Order: sequence, then C-alpha cells, then structure tokens
Amino acid sequence: MKPEGLRYIDEYRDSALVLHLSNQIRKVSKKPVNLMEVCGGHTMAIHKNGLTGFLPETINLLSGPGCPVCVSSQTFIDHAIALGNLPDMILTTYGDLLRVPGSLSSLEKEKAAGSDIRIVYSVLDALEIAKQNRKKQVVFIGIGFETTAPASAAAIKKAEMDGIRNFYLLSSHKVMPPALEALAAGDTKIDGFIAPGHVSAITGYGIYQKFAKVYKRGVVISGFEPADILQSILMLVKQIELSNYHVENEYKRIVKPGGNPKALAIMEEVFIPVDAEWRGLGIVPESGLAITEKFAAYDATRKFDVKIPESKPPRGCICGEILTGKSKPSDCRLFASVCNPLNPVGACMVSSEGACSVFYKYRA
Amino acid sequence: MCLGVPARVIHIDGSVATVALGSVEYKASLLLLNNVNPGDYVLLHAGFAIEKIDPAEAAETIRLFNEISNMYEE
Repeated sequence: MKPEGLRYIDEYRDSALVLHLSNQIRKVSKKPVNLMEVCGGHTMAIHKNGLTGFLPETINLLSGPGCPVCVSSQTFIDHAIALGNLPDMILTTYGDLLRVPGSLSSLEKEKAAGSDIRIVYSVLDALEIAKQNRKKQVVFIGIGFETTAPASAAAIKKAEMDGIRNFYLLSSHKVMPPALEALAAGDTKIDGFIAPGHVSAITGYGIYQKFAKVYKRGVVISGFEPADILQSILMLVKQIELSNYHVENEYKRIVKPGGNPKALAIMEEVFIPVDAEWRGLGIVPESGLAITEKFAAYDATRKFDVKIPESKPPRGCICGEILTGKSKPSDCRLFASVCNPLNPVGACMVSSEGACSVFYKYRA
Repeated sequence: MCLGVPARVIHIDGSVATVALGSVEYKASLLLLNNVNPGDYVLLHAGFAIEKIDPAEAAETIRLFNEISNMYEE
C-alpha cells in the first residue's frame, strides 16, 4: 500500500505521463529555443530526474539566478563571518550557506575555529535559540527570495510580540523581478522563462506581465515535479512557436493570481526595497530587502558595527556567468578539476541547488 | 532553498499546525497563511505553511497533462 500523505507528489511523477509530454514537446518544437529555469529548485529537479534526456535538441535549458546561496555576494559572507567573531554571539542560518567561501574564510571554517554557528531548518528555530540564550546575541543570516523573506519578517514580528530583544536579522533577502529584468534587458538570449513556482505562490502573476508584454518572452509558472516541468516547457514552446507571449500558470494547485496576501503584507511591513549586489549581475536597483525603520532594533547591520575585509573574488571562477545563463558549468576550467563539492571554489558548487553542484552530482 | 512539500494538516494549536508528510509529522507555522483547517493539504516551506493546495486545480492539471497537443487549431 502506498504510504498516506504523498498525495500531490506521486501523480506528477508518473512515467507514462512524462513520456507522453516528452512526445508532445517533440511534436510541436520546431525552432531552437533557449529557456531559462530561473529557480535552482528547478535546476535540481531537471537533472535529478534526467529530464534533458526527454527533450529534443531544439530545446536548450539555461540555469538562472534563483539560487540564494549562489547570488549572495562575497561581501555578505564576509559580513556574516565578522559578526561570528564577536563575543557572546550565536549565528544561525540555513545549512547551505556554511561552506560558501568568503574572501579569507568560510562560516564552516569559523565554526571549526570556535565561532558559535548553528544550522536551523526554520527561522523560528533561531528565535527559539534566542529565547533559550537571553545573555547572548542571536543573529539569523537571512538569505532567499520571496519564499523565505516573509518567514524572516514573521520571525521579527514574533520577536517583538514575545518580547525577545536579543534576536537580529542580517538580511540578504532579495526579490526576483528586478533580477529577471536585468536578465531580460541583458545580452543573454532567453526566449522564455520557466518561472519559479514557490516565489510565485507568494507574489502572484502580476510581476511577470512586463516580461511577456514589453520584452516579448514566454513566461510559464511551473511546479517542481517531472510532469510539471515538461508541461511548462511544452506551454513555453507553444508560446514561442506562435510568437504569442503571455503569462501562463502551470502550477494552479498552488499559485493564485494574487499570490499570498498575508505573506506579502508582512513582508511589506518589515522590509523596504534597496539596491543590492548579486553575484553575476552586480548591483541591481531595488532588488534587496532591508529592514524598515520601524523594526530597526532587529537589524544586525544597524546593531553591530563590524569591519568587513575588502572582497576578493576567487580567481578563475565563472559562477557569475553561469547564474546569468551565459555559460554552463562544463565551460569552467575549474569545474570537476580543482572545484568540486568537497572543495568548492565558488558558491555555485556549494549549494545543493547551485548549477555546478547539480551538474557535478548528476553528470553522465 | 525554495523547496516545498505538500503536507496534510492533522491538527492546529494556535498558530502552529501539526502536518504529516507520509507517516512523518512536522510542525508548520501558520503565521503566513489564514483559513487553514485539519484535513487541508498545505505547501510546507522552511517551517511555514505558505499556501493551501487546491484539489480541483490539482485534478485539472493532471487532465491537461493528458491532452494531445494540436496547437495550430487552438
């Protein structure tokens, strides 16, 4: 008997459906197209399931900037490391970030050297650590897009409500639309976007209209199971073959047109858009989320004055070009030679959803 | 980072739901989602329920998967 609760997963992994969709794509795809899967979760799902093997040669998939660990700037990692060196400090973060090389060290090396750095599954676990350690300062290193930003915002509001005064956020949270616009306006040839399903669950469809109307690119919001992704590719191919660009939603079981209003409201209350640095894209206007004046007491950047060393990007690493779809991991001369998951040179090899890590793990 | 999984709500205590993924139980914060009831499926993401799953749309998506493409007659 099938274990209960895997509903909404198994039926989207059906192998007969996958074959059927693969055949449909082969039937309608005539001209060569470049499709960008924006989200690192999609990159992982595509390669883990070997989906490129189900696609005709006309379809070229490019990995996008939707990997929070990958796009976090080196300066941000250096900032986090400097905070970790302060006395009575506990740093908390999502696991992937630990191994990203900063200019001189990584959080993992700092942890080995004695900094108190703890991996949490949820930002609320970080809040709990603050509650249990009132004499220490607890900083949550917040990374991620519209999916994790509302969670960090909710944690700050909960800290205020519960009177927890030793909890702070170091925000590297980012929003997707300005980065996609930088890509659409840039020199990477992208015919269509496989839009991130869970970011869209928060934001809704509105943020993508411009890419169809102004930039004439196909946009399909996609789920993460194999049949979801192939169906989204089929929808994009049809849009592009007919030059009929619009925003379609393959992931209707989750994504509503207006997104999640509660999450959006909390995010808007706690954060304000600021210019932010993305690995690969440089400074992107209004793409970062800083903490508003109202919640300044929870802002690690305002609270702790630390010296951040001058940033030195790793030599030879082309992570930035990979995040913008200009290169594939195999184009990098460091890939699988000196750079591998045990000894990552750049951020794209660290994160489990980084293109280099994914290509390394699932390469033929 | 943006990985989310569908999980079934078993019971709710204030702003925290106990949810099941197969036979494994997790806690899911409801701080980002209103109108959740036991029996609903929610998308669990980094400890938060971020959206409810719509069963009718889920079935419709499966129906669309099975369609035969004939784009030039659409």
